[in-house]
Amino acid sequence: MQTNITRPKWHHPGRRLMPDFDTVLNTFAMWVLAFLWALPLLYAIWTAFHPAAYETRFVLTAPLTLDNFVKAWEAAPFARYFFNTVILVTLILICQFILCTLAAFAFARFKFPGSSILFTLVLLQLLVMPDILIVENYKTIRALGLVDTIVAIGLPYIASGFGIFLLRQTFMTIPKELDEAARVEGASFLSLLWNVYIPLAKPTYLAYGLVSVSHHWNNFLWPLIITNSVETRPVTVGLSVFSAIDAGLEWSVINAATLMTSGPLLIAFLLFQRQFVQSFMRAGIR
Amino acid sequence: MLHRREWVYGWLFLSPALLFLFAFTHYPALNTIISSFFSTPKGRRPAKFIGPENYQTLLQDEVFWKVLENNFWFAVGTIPISVALALAMALWVNSQLKGKTMARVAYFAPTVLPLIAVANIWLFFYTPGFGLIDQLRSGLFGLPAINLLGNPDTVLGAMIVVAIWKEAGFFMIFYLAALQSIPPVLKEAADIEGAGNFYYLRKVVIPLLMPTTLFVSVNAVINSFRLVDHIFVMTEGGPDNASSLLLFYIYETAFQYWQTGYAATLTVVMLLLLSVLAIGQFFLFDRKIHYR
Repeated sequence: MQTNITRPKWHHPGRRLMPDFDTVLNTFAMWVLAFLWALPLLYAIWTAFHPAAYETRFVLTAPLTLDNFVKAWEAAPFARYFFNTVILVTLILICQFILCTLAAFAFARFKFPGSSILFTLVLLQLLVMPDILIVENYKTIRALGLVDTIVAIGLPYIASGFGIFLLRQTFMTIPKELDEAARVEGASFLSLLWNVYIPLAKPTYLAYGLVSVSHHWNNFLWPLIITNSVETRPVTVGLSVFSAIDAGLEWSVINAATLMTSGPLLIAFLLFQRQFVQSFMRAGIR
Repeated sequence: MLHRREWVYGWLFLSPALLFLFAFTHYPALNTIISSFFSTPKGRRPAKFIGPENYQTLLQDEVFWKVLENNFWFAVGTIPISVALALAMALWVNSQLKGKTMARVAYFAPTVLPLIAVANIWLFFYTPGFGLIDQLRSGLFGLPAINLLGNPDTVLGAMIVVAIWKEAGFFMIFYLAALQSIPPVLKEAADIEGAGNFYYLRKVVIPLLMPTTLFVSVNAVINSFRLVDHIFVMTEGGPDNASSLLLFYIYETAFQYWQTGYAATLTVVMLLLLSVLAIGQFFLFDRKIHYR
């Protein structure tokens, strides 16, 4: 529908064609900030793809090379680190999906005594995260005999208060008529969940999945504490071990390793940046 | 009958998640408080009850106060700037300006990087004599090399810059979501009334974004306590604890000096601070939010 409201007289229609001062200023500021924000990353990319001699010399004729990546790959067991991280994030994601789905369904659809208190306790995890309870969680993992295992890195995170909350919100929006229809046909709760709720909540799963994978791919402190061997270390810890060696590593090699570890996420982000941003937005709306 | 069944199913569906939630969040949180009244077990000597001794140590621990002060300045330096920048970024990215897609990519990319990688990238910037900052200083202005990370007066500021760079784009997302939920009718009405862009922003948009600002601020506060990865790479807390933060000090106490009893006491302080700040912020913002 076109707006038929007559514009006030002072609003000359011709003004729209010329970009006004306000727009120019805003565009300029947006670009300056974007440039500043991109600079560190572009710089890391520059050093990683050029020989060490060009670390601080910016000439367009500088030869491109993959040597730095080769050197980094050979200097530390990055293949193993990547393998560990992939196993870790997959394990966490699967467990989170199962546990959070069941719990969210219970909160969204069942009436039982204590549900509101329990839900408050779930939300408490948004404030008191496992990240800060490292001392006690280490004791627990040691008592379970799981120190230096990949499972131990994931355990504190698999019952995610955030995931439960997000899925519950989604499940609540699904009309009850749908599950009553299914119930009449004699479907069990589990098949109801599987055939009605989960398919309808797909966008939420995608959003939560992206947030969870990027969070656990990037997690550092807890994996650092609980692992101490090549067989269990994720890439973040591997990278810190690698760059802490006093072997006089060139910056270009360290930057190559840095880009390598964040590479998969960064490439995924550049390819699917719209979905990424929308997923984070969806996960952020409360 | 049906109610009884729902009751059982509810608990059945909930129990796996609750088991892990209690085991790794609630139990450790409570146990932290108990452990803070016990000594650190050493070898065959088990932990023994020592009352408030750890808390007395805490009050006299200069490093603790230093770290707390650092955390305060780190939060004060990081939060307002990153929230304000996030709002500006969201307004720009949500507008019709040329190149907004590129800008969105640039703003959001640091969010996808591991903090440990971010620290590596910035460490190179800060390297005295060789890093980009010093290259620019000597190349453009002929200034001598400076060691930003080696000087107790500048190290925290250098860390704050890194944190802002990493976080602003993340907070932008929340503002973007909120901006897109503002009905366009409001802008049309403002245009008809002849209200300028800045007036509309100040009187309509920012008040409507207040709940988001609250949410983002609470998150920013939590993050200022939670994110310490960069310290491991850039400074290890130095020089002279000038860049150490509370969680990093907890890590050092527990896993380098193995003083787990005292580390529990430090964690109690962290838990208290988080609760107080969350509650406080809630009440502080409450009045302004009802503006709408």
